[in-house]
Amino acid sequence: MSILERLFGRRTNQSATVAKNRLQMVLVQERAGRNAPDFLPLLKNEILAVVAKYLDVEDEMIKIQLESAGDTSVLEINVELDKARIKPKPAIAAKA
Amino acid sequence: MGKVVTVTSGKGGVGKTTSSAAISTGLAMRGHKTVVIDFDVGLRNLDLIMGVERRVVFDFINVINGDANLNQALIKDKRVENLYIFPTSQTRDKDALRKEGVERVMDELRDNFDFIVCDSPAGIEHGALTALYHADAAIVVTNPEVSSVRDSDRILGMLSSRSRRAERNEAPVDEFLLLTRYSADRVAKGEMLSIEDVQEILSIPLMGIIPESESVLKASNTGQPVILDKDSIAGRAYDDAVARFLGETREMRFIKAEKKGLFRSLFGKA
Repeated sequence: MSILERLFGRRTNQSATVAKNRLQMVLVQERAGRNAPDFLPLLKNEILAVVAKYLDVEDEMIKIQLESAGDTSVLEINVELDKARIKPKPAIAAKA
Repeated sequence: MGKVVTVTSGKGGVGKTTSSAAISTGLAMRGHKTVVIDFDVGLRNLDLIMGVERRVVFDFINVINGDANLNQALIKDKRVENLYIFPTSQTRDKDALRKEGVERVMDELRDNFDFIVCDSPAGIEHGALTALYHADAAIVVTNPEVSSVRDSDRILGMLSSRSRRAERNEAPVDEFLLLTRYSADRVAKGEMLSIEDVQEILSIPLMGIIPESESVLKASNTGQPVILDKDSIAGRAYDDAVARFLGETREMRFIKAEKKGLFRSLFGKA
């Protein structure tokens, strides 16, 4: 291992750096969800259930955000779709 | 009109009671009439750390319920002029902190003291939320460790949304970071989050850094607030922290690694 690798490699391998990165990642999410109303998780679950009837989606593919600016709030629902996983037929049809 | 200073953290075991004892003692030593209240109902400990456990007659809950008045419950410190200890109940549960009752007691304290230091319990339950609710200033005690920093962040969120100041649309609670159990050696080795790391994440003004020190245990063993131990670095660091809290500018001390300091600081911080 060269001196350069040692100098630079060491810092990134240090556990304090890992700690800082992990904290920053988790806090970004937590801060965003902090002022969200209590019903948001429930809303997310119900939307997920409906979407899952038609499409093959998983929990992390749905993102719900409520943003406020002044007097207006915007409820943003993003469903990420994976083409490969779209069900050939709607679940209801398949059931029949 | 007195100022309510809540010492909080979310996480347990980071040094809230030690810090409450030291800071209230430090404020009184500077001539401010100060009372330190234990909000940890059911798990009374401030009395032990302050060394007044044998002098408790009435407590916070007695006063809230009107069974005793403030003067009967407050314990006057024998070491420091201007310092009073307000113990909590050991037998009741945390729900005994009724909102109107606490409000009345806090108002009475505001009229009679310069500083009302509230030692918050850990967690985010009723006792902790009550202590946080009344804060004019908050000292967030944090260890350089992931779970403590995360909990501190959570508490900061609550201070801005659930305090009385927030509820009444008043000026926000003054927030101060107190970094405790800091080990400069371990930071130099990259094993511990640095001051800069924690400050960057929490982004509130730094009131002080208390180094990990044997004198803290010695102080709690003997019931002497560590700030009274002038030989200990932790005691001197608390003294600096109190001075900064009161607006003085003081350089941070005891934050450099002791052994191989120059070499480590050159290469470790690269």
